[in-house]
Amino acid sequence: MAPQSSIRDTFFEECEDLLEALAEGLAAMAGGARDTDTVNAVFRAVHSVKGGAGAFALTDLVAFAHRFETVLDAIRSGTLDLTPEVMHTMQRSADHLADLVEAARNEDVLAPDVSESFLANLDVCLGAEPEPFDMGDTPFDFAVIPLDFGNDPAPGAPAGHVIRFRPRQQLFANGHDPCLLIAAVHALGPCEVALDLSALPDWDGPDALTPGLGWTLRLETQESATVLQEIFEFVDGLCELDIVPLEDALVPATLPPAMAAPPPPPAPGPEVGSPAAYGAAKQDLAPGGESAEARGPKPTLRVDLDRVDRLINSVGELIINQAMIAQRLQDMALASDDDVSLHVEDYRLLARDIQEAVMAIRAQPVKPLFQRMSRILREAAEATGKSARLVTFGENTEVDKTVIERLADPLMHMIRNAVDHGLEGPEARRAAGKDGTGTIRLGAAHRSGSVIITIRDDGAGLNRPRILDIARRKGLVAPDADLADAEIDGLLFLPGFSTAASVSNLSGRGVGLDVVRNAVTALGGRISIASVPGQGTEFTISLPLTLAVMDGMVVSVAGQTMVVPITSILETIRPAPGDLHRVGTDDSLLSIRGRFIPTVDVARSLGFTDPSARADFPLLLLVEGENQSQCALVVDAVHDQRQVVIKGLDSNYGQVPGVSAATVLGDGQIALILDPDAIAAHRASPAATAVPRPSLFHPDVHHGQH
Amino acid sequence: MANTDLAETDLEFVTFSAGGQSFSIDIGQVREIRRWSPVTPLPHAPDEVLGVMNLRGSVIPIYDLAARFGLDRTPESSRNVVVIAMHGSQTVGLLVEAVSEILSVGRERIQETPDVRSDTARQTITGVITVDEGMTRVIDLAAVVQPRGKVAA
Amino acid sequence: MTVKVLAIDDSRTIRSLVQKVMEDAGFDCICAEDGVDGIARFAEVAPDVVITDINMPNMDGYGVISSIRGGEVNQSVPILVLTTESADHLKARARAAGATGWIVKPFDDETIVSVVRRVTGARG
Repeated sequence: MAPQSSIRDTFFEECEDLLEALAEGLAAMAGGARDTDTVNAVFRAVHSVKGGAGAFALTDLVAFAHRFETVLDAIRSGTLDLTPEVMHTMQRSADHLADLVEAARNEDVLAPDVSESFLANLDVCLGAEPEPFDMGDTPFDFAVIPLDFGNDPAPGAPAGHVIRFRPRQQLFANGHDPCLLIAAVHALGPCEVALDLSALPDWDGPDALTPGLGWTLRLETQESATVLQEIFEFVDGLCELDIVPLEDALVPATLPPAMAAPPPPPAPGPEVGSPAAYGAAKQDLAPGGESAEARGPKPTLRVDLDRVDRLINSVGELIINQAMIAQRLQDMALASDDDVSLHVEDYRLLARDIQEAVMAIRAQPVKPLFQRMSRILREAAEATGKSARLVTFGENTEVDKTVIERLADPLMHMIRNAVDHGLEGPEARRAAGKDGTGTIRLGAAHRSGSVIITIRDDGAGLNRPRILDIARRKGLVAPDADLADAEIDGLLFLPGFSTAASVSNLSGRGVGLDVVRNAVTALGGRISIASVPGQGTEFTISLPLTLAVMDGMVVSVAGQTMVVPITSILETIRPAPGDLHRVGTDDSLLSIRGRFIPTVDVARSLGFTDPSARADFPLLLLVEGENQSQCALVVDAVHDQRQVVIKGLDSNYGQVPGVSAATVLGDGQIALILDPDAIAAHRASPAATAVPRPSLFHPDVHHGQH
Repeated sequence: MANTDLAETDLEFVTFSAGGQSFSIDIGQVREIRRWSPVTPLPHAPDEVLGVMNLRGSVIPIYDLAARFGLDRTPESSRNVVVIAMHGSQTVGLLVEAVSEILSVGRERIQETPDVRSDTARQTITGVITVDEGMTRVIDLAAVVQPRGKVAA
Repeated sequence: MTVKVLAIDDSRTIRSLVQKVMEDAGFDCICAEDGVDGIARFAEVAPDVVITDINMPNMDGYGVISSIRGGEVNQSVPILVLTTESADHLKARARAAGATGWIVKPFDDETIVSVVRRVTGARG
């Protein structure tokens, strides 16, 4: 019965959805929701995991889901109070269920003692009476439970049975056909069938619809009575049935008088055959008619990601192709109102439309990502002995799937960090007049072509004197550097800024915020930090909506065409003589509106030092790096602004310092996409990475660059 | 791989010359052979990495095979060709002077790399095959592109 | 005439499994993902047999059974209930609601096919 592996894939995909629904429902319950719909949805999620897992013989998963479901059922039926302790166990069990699913997907087995402890916790909820797990009795063979029709035939019983069978009305109503049952019996061996019409109703009387047919079947077979019982299993209670061994039977051609008596009314349930009764039953049995009205998600289509990516790639090629044609037309110097130019402009707009539509396929809400964080928060709180809650908002904000995937680790780290370093312990919080339980807000929003993710805690805020102290001792800033608050906060992102003094077993994994920043930068995003003493710390991650295209400024550097992301460019400056001030041998400062901004020679920073390619009159791109530090990039020429398709360098080559990716230009040549932050950072020697405050900078002040 | 049609012991190699020496690579790893076209140089790249090229929308790094083996850089010539090769999911181009032939040899004809001094040669050549005019060096593509492909930031 | 099966289950996994098994057995199989969807498909496709899950959002399996049995067309179609529980009271409840029979999950291919044949009279 090994089901196809594609169905197995379906199962694990579905588990993701179910676990998401489970987490969502439990979060609602933790927030006080007790409505039937919510509790049912939670129950159903676990139930469906169990059902699917059974089909793939994932016994650990089935066993745990079964116990979990039992507890949820108790909650649903009201026999178990949803105390905070029980709620906690439910959430931890959901976490464990997710682990079991993951293990099953990887064909791993979790350590049995882990499962044991989770099972034990569930048992505690049920009043410490371990629930016997009965799935094991009926493993993967068909679990038809033979009905109790009496004794199995004794050994040596004669070969055959006499079956007396008289359907009641509900047998027909339930969709059974007596002919099929008789045929099934017939298939077991030679069979004599006698029809008994003795109980035919009076056609004119009130019982005209009462079925009156009965049959007696005389079957010769080696099959046991159990096989017959299986045939009649579904009609148990819907007919009169009597099976006796052939040798015991008196072989009457007619039914005994007792069986001809009018049948008792069928057991519970609505009266059959009356539409009114069905209508009533419908209302009883289909609760939540209103929710059925306002039902659910729009229809969706699951598509293999490779297909989407192939489409995205082709659309990217289409855009490049459009750019090539446009460029050729421009070279031909046609009149701007020429038909061809107009059509090509339409082509451009259409290509953009297609691209946006295709990109939207990859977009997914951040909700599942955020939901995973509540687990991280719970674990972090448990590990640090703090009390914390996660509040999320903007969960339906959609972001490229890859962004979501690659954001998971950084986000996880930041949540841990917020609990570990951001929040105070309960006593300290209460002493400061705060709620003993800390709150971490995780939010997402779209803002002018970017996705903004914020992580805010209501803890004590950054301890700036200590951060500065650590940075000085590690030689990350000059001892006499005078840093603004924002610059001190920015020190946290420096590689090598280990928070060793405060390392706990939780965040002390050798992962610093610099790793978080690298991950964000690799996604074309940026991260900043803001903190108010006593009130908390907020991290803001700004990410591009898609990883596939971006708006770029096409520039020339050392004879090469390159692209600078528009999002990081504040303005383009053609410096007048006297605007640039040399400092030392290599550095210059740009004076602009009364401020001095450090400049970075892009060519030199990239190691392209061919002097013949240098422009006599360079242009400057004023860019803003992380934490609002500005610098001016020196380039040879600025061409135009256009949307470019981003092509990664990582897969075929590796990371290149100062370059985030590449793109293909209209002429088919590759242009590198610069990473202004990395170039700006590259400029500074380690001891001077804390950039002097541009706003307060004066040329006569030694600015800490040695 | 590409050898399934052949007897089990037969292997096929594409041989080419670079820096005046003969090299070869398992034909299963070769995707196509292209004319040389100008590349976009990469900053901070090792000497043998000439830059990146556009191959139907993918960005492919081009290695100068001669330079990789410590020989002089391949002089620019319109006769140069690029061997597009795949190593796992990684696609790279190898600039060579010319592609010579397709060599079909029995497994037993591949000899272990004789003890040579050069580290590069030891690490990047898996064996040698005797041919009419001498020998050809079987290169280990993974070793050619990997260790220096990732430039430390 | 090919037997037409309507499979109603909110679990994609189970739907896929049932569909595959049915199709491998030479039956046509149409799927629906909850009770309301199932009733809508029932009217469209006029199936020869319905296989339905019990625990579903929007309308559960009992609701499906009552809707079909109380409907105007094809109301005595065989309806098989998929259930993870083998408990007798659940079977009794399904039967009282009008189910023709039941299949206990996890099921194996042969069993589900033989049950479908049993209630439809389809040959195989």
